[in-house]
Amino acid sequence: MKTDIILCGVGGQGILSIATIIGEAAMNENLYIKQAEVHGMSQRGGDVQSNLRISSEPINSDLIALGSADVIISMEPMEALRYLPYLKKEGWIITSSTPFVNIPNYPDIEVIMADLQQVKNAIVIDIETMAKDNDVPRSANVILLGAAQKALGIEYTKLEDAIRRVFARKGEAIVDANIKALAIGKENAR
Amino acid sequence: MGKKLLLGDEAIALGAIHAGLSGVYAYPGTPSTEITEFIQNNAIARERGIHSRWSTNEKTAMEAALGMSFMGKRALVCMKHVGMNVCADPFVNSGMTGVNGGVVVLAADDPSMHSSQDEQDSRFYGKFAMIPTFEPSSQQEAYDMMAAAFDYSEQQKLPVLMRVTTRMAHSRAVVECADEPRQENEMNYNAVAANWVLLPANARKRNDIVTAQQATLEADAANSTYNCLIPSPSAKGEGSKSPLGIIASGIAYNYVNECFPTGAPYPILKISQYPLPKKLVRQMMEACEKVLIIEEGQPFIEDIVRGVSDSSQILGKLTGELPRTGELTPDIVKKALGIEVCEGYASCEDVAPRPPALCKGCGHRDVYTALNEVLKEYDNPRVFGDIGCYTLGFLPPFRAIHSCVDMGASITMAKGAADAGQWPAVAVIGDSTFTHSGMTGLLDAVNENANITVIISDNLTTGMTGGQDSAGTNKFEAICRGLGVAEEHLHVVVPLPKNMEEITRIIREEINYKGTSVIIPRRECMQTLQRHLKQKRREGVRSKE
Repeated sequence: MKTDIILCGVGGQGILSIATIIGEAAMNENLYIKQAEVHGMSQRGGDVQSNLRISSEPINSDLIALGSADVIISMEPMEALRYLPYLKKEGWIITSSTPFVNIPNYPDIEVIMADLQQVKNAIVIDIETMAKDNDVPRSANVILLGAAQKALGIEYTKLEDAIRRVFARKGEAIVDANIKALAIGKENAR
Repeated sequence: MGKKLLLGDEAIALGAIHAGLSGVYAYPGTPSTEITEFIQNNAIARERGIHSRWSTNEKTAMEAALGMSFMGKRALVCMKHVGMNVCADPFVNSGMTGVNGGVVVLAADDPSMHSSQDEQDSRFYGKFAMIPTFEPSSQQEAYDMMAAAFDYSEQQKLPVLMRVTTRMAHSRAVVECADEPRQENEMNYNAVAANWVLLPANARKRNDIVTAQQATLEADAANSTYNCLIPSPSAKGEGSKSPLGIIASGIAYNYVNECFPTGAPYPILKISQYPLPKKLVRQMMEACEKVLIIEEGQPFIEDIVRGVSDSSQILGKLTGELPRTGELTPDIVKKALGIEVCEGYASCEDVAPRPPALCKGCGHRDVYTALNEVLKEYDNPRVFGDIGCYTLGFLPPFRAIHSCVDMGASITMAKGAADAGQWPAVAVIGDSTFTHSGMTGLLDAVNENANITVIISDNLTTGMTGGQDSAGTNKFEAICRGLGVAEEHLHVVVPLPKNMEEITRIIREEINYKGTSVIIPRRECMQTLQRHLKQKRREGVRSKE
């Protein structure tokens, strides 16, 4: 198997924790991993992305080529569109529906939603509201991961196990909240 | 062998610890910062007491590493590419002194300038200083190379330069690590004093020795396991030339392999150790009709191979097969090899750029608000900026600075402008940048009582690289007094909207004062503040338990 994933959002939205969970699950399966991250100046409220590649065969490039990403996971709807040229025609977008408006020329949200509808396989999900309504306010990103599970081609229980290992240090309550968030995402992935 | 998922930077750090490192010396700079941070938090490093405190700048770092080497121990120096300019003096001269304990100088280049002001290629420094240079092509190689580089440094009695680029530094992969770390070197007095006293008479001898040593270094590079000539599996018999051969260095080697999942139809010369082994290059040239040179950064190999001839046999950045600037991508390499780029979706025209911005509540914001407010009252004010988060003051809504060149240039450029007759001439510099390279410039200004106003925007940390300790914290008033700033023209303010009246009054008074003045707006960085509050909450929870 080989899955090329672009994780994106705005600096500080927690895309790297999603990457950590996927990476943990993949490493436990003895898969090869490459994950290019963005550090430094662009973190300050700018757009951020990470290229995550997992494969059963050795991986060469740290970066994903144009037109070859299987999945775009985005914490922000406009940011999902930024990486469209990297998405395969059959690839999936899984994105939060909540815009992060920190620029004066942010487009009309209806325009963004219409653009997302042009993509053959797109899941647009209101993770922020779901996180609040279900009392897991800090786990919106894990809800998004749950919604992406099928597209990622990683078994659901493997992601659950990875969450347990990644958050073990932070105590049972936080592990449980994230397991719950993952389930909410999976249920609402449509 | 343990398997770990490591950033390239972390693989370098762990490789160094496992190679018996005794000290890392560094100033934070993207994309090199995580190396030192990893060592600061590593259990073996803590147990062994490996030195890992941040240095004031790259020059002090390089010199301290030389001191450790002089005493026989292994030292690592880390910096971003432009840091090489700051430590160029000790770096180049370390090629003359040589080393006792192994020294590895790690330069992290930033092609495409993700977080930098230029895309200079550090391999030129290695050649310039006649120092062997390593360039890993994978995280695993980065880990393995640290032990090899320290051993080679001690074998050749020269420092080794290790060059990585952003994608190597900031990409994770699974790395196989050694089970047992090597012991640290014992301290010794084997350093030959005459080598280290670079009086002209001594330096001339050393120059002859190191120059003669270059042939050995090149021969070693030709035999290095990191350099290899991989013949094409589909090669025809003797005498027939391949239509193309590829020379790929460092990370470019991965992009080439990415293009040929079932093996390349052309021979490939992988380069990860310099001086460039001309013997291997010659073999390539003889076996191929044309040679395409793929390297990240400037056309370093290509320039050497091409020489002054316009040989149509050599293809690369100088013939337009690859772009001259910016980092490599798999798609750029595909195009150069004539492979079709996959077609995805068309790019979406509705997407707006989202440039980085100062954090909400950041003290630099209040500094610029106040400064802009006052400077409205003057004709042609000029504000000389510096390197840090506050460089973002160039962008809307502030549009507050007119220059940003290198670490510390705000103060010295303001002084030069004032010498030319400019008034008001204001310098804006951060606390960490001030101790890195601003103090000497302030002394120049004070000595002539230059008509400038210096604002040291102190957020108690090195902010842009993620909140590392700042060398001058709690010492700035004393430093300024010590350099001769007059007490009545040295002010500390708290940059908050409620203090705007006081801050603007002080800025106005000091601009109107004909001489050197310093204003220090001081308030903690929002990022480190949040981190400290979180930490306190956690400690609070623990103490209740």
